[in-house]
Order: sequence, then C-alpha cells, then structure tokens
Amino acid sequence: MKKFFPHPLLSLALLVAWLLLNNTLSFGHLLLGAFLGLIIPYMSASFWPEHICIKKPFVFLRFIAILLYDIVVANITVALQVLGENKNLHPSFITYPLSIQNQLGISVLASTISLTPGTVSCDLSVDQSTLLIHALSAQDKEKVIAHIHQRYEKPLMEVFVQC
Amino acid sequence: MEILIATLVFIGAFFTLVGSIGLVKLPDFFTRLHGPTKATTLGVGALLIASSLYFSSQHEGLSLHEILITLFLFITAPISAHIMAKSALHIKKNEEKKERLDA
Amino acid sequence: MLAFILPLAFTMVTIALLLNLYRLILGPSVSDRILALDTLYINAIALFIMLSLYLENSLYFESALLIAVMGFVSTLALSKYLLRGDIIE
Repeated sequence: MKKFFPHPLLSLALLVAWLLLNNTLSFGHLLLGAFLGLIIPYMSASFWPEHICIKKPFVFLRFIAILLYDIVVANITVALQVLGENKNLHPSFITYPLSIQNQLGISVLASTISLTPGTVSCDLSVDQSTLLIHALSAQDKEKVIAHIHQRYEKPLMEVFVQC
Repeated sequence: MEILIATLVFIGAFFTLVGSIGLVKLPDFFTRLHGPTKATTLGVGALLIASSLYFSSQHEGLSLHEILITLFLFITAPISAHIMAKSALHIKKNEEKKERLDA
Repeated sequence: MLAFILPLAFTMVTIALLLNLYRLILGPSVSDRILALDTLYINAIALFIMLSLYLENSLYFESALLIAVMGFVSTLALSKYLLRGDIIE
C-alpha cells in the first residue's frame, strides 16, 4: 500500500488542481484527476524522500487565516511607506534565529516572511540555524524577531513535526 | 455586486501600480525587492477574486479556476524573491572580494 | 460602474508596465533587471485578467496561467545562472 500510494496529501492536491484547471466537477474529470493523482506521486517518488505529515490541521487553518489578514494589513502599511519619503525608511538586515527544525516547516516559514510585505527572507545559513531577513522599515530589530516568532513560528512548530 | 467587483479591480490595479512605483523610486536593490511581493499578493489576488466573482455571477455555476493562478503565484512569489535576493547577495560578496584583492 | 473603472485600471497597470520598463532598461545591476522582468510578467498577468473581464471571455485564463508558469521558471533560471554560472549542473 505504502509503495503504490506514497504521498496521500500530494495525490489529493493534484486531484484538486486538476479539477480547478478544468473548472468542472464531472465524473470523467474526477476519474482522470484521481488517476493522475495516483500515477504522478508514484512516478516521482524518488524526488520526495521524506514523509510529510501535518498534525493539528485546525491550527494550520487558523494560521492561514491570520496570514491572510496580516497580508492585507501589512500591504496597506507598506504602500504608505513606499509612497512616503525615502528618508523615513530604515532598511536593515536582520538575522533571525530559527527554532523550528523540520525542513518543510522552515520553507513554509521563509515563504510566510516573504509573503507578508515589509520583510523578505534572503538566505538560510548552511547549518539551517539562522535566516537572513531584509526589512523595509525596522527601527527595533528585537521587536520584529519577537513578532515573527510569536505569530508565525509557534503555530508552524505545532503543525510540522518530524514523523 | 458590480460595485464590489469594481472596487476589487481598482484595489488590484492600485497595488500593482504602487509596487511598480516602489520599484522605480526606492534607493537600492533590497528595498526594491519589496515592491513585487506586494504587487503579487494583494494586487493580482484582488483582481483574480474580482474576475472569479464576475464570471460566477455571469454564467451558471461557480468559476473557480482563477484560484489556481492565485495559489500558484502565492507559492512561487516568495521562492523567486528568495532566489533573487540570494543571487544579489552572492554578486555583492564577489564584488567585495574582488575589491579586497585589488587593494 | 465597471465600464468606468476598467479603463482607469487599464491606464494604471499600463503606467506600472512603463515604470518596470524604465527599471529594466536603466537598472544599475543585473539583479535589478531580473527583478524588473519578474514584476513585468506579474503585471502582464494582471493586464490579461482585466482584458478577460473587459471582453467577457474566460479563455484568457489559460494564457495567464502559462505566463505565470513560464515567468517563474525564467526568473529561477536567470537567478540560478547568476548564482552558479550555470543553469543545469
């Protein structure tokens, strides 16, 4: 079973993507999507060495809701900063100490930091312990680090655990 | 319904414009990097929601394949921002090394 | 309402495209030019979506999706080339 059906979440995502692409819910496309969802993970299994499991899906959903709200709010602040004068900006690099260990967790956290405007993740250190972040306007670096840790990293650490 | 769609279209176009203004106006590469992430997330996001609403209200049945583009952009925009920042850092480091060797 | 907003939005996105072109031509470093290209394709997607609203034709989504895929891959390839001096190792 495990050999023929290595990544159930990937299969589900492929089925949903296929249905969205064709914009239908007809039986034929459902069948074809299910077939693709089975055959693609099987054929590309060697690209996906580690197993992915998501614990506490409700925490993850809440995280996404918070993220969408933050994207809207942060966009408006950054738009005002961009339209304001350049000398009011305080661009700086911040080294963020990572406490999350999981590979997928790190990449989701880095994407989250880039998606919320005002911060962009630039580089991950070789030993995966720190993340280099560029902030558009950060007067208090400690505050930015504490904000990211409290709001994004903590829920992600609960969701992505090694398995 | 039409007012909602028009507002979303306007918001989308506005944030796209602000992102590009930032691209021209801001002083160096790393600050300019913040413009496109904004243009994708809210600009194109709002436009896609508007078109999804429009085509759902025009024809019978939901029109959801716009969500696929939104999803794709939300996944790929941070990755491309990350790799561009990484390559810019790499170039900066190389130039500094060259200067040190020349001096 | 929409008939009034859409031409306005077209104008705004076109100005955005011209600003990107400015950065693409003048951009002091190579990274700036790649960033300008990246923004250019994203704004082109916005323009395509608005065109499909204007013409009331949902066929333009396929092209918008293709631009998204191709644009992402080309940004990745250009940055990778800067990073390593090679695209496929």
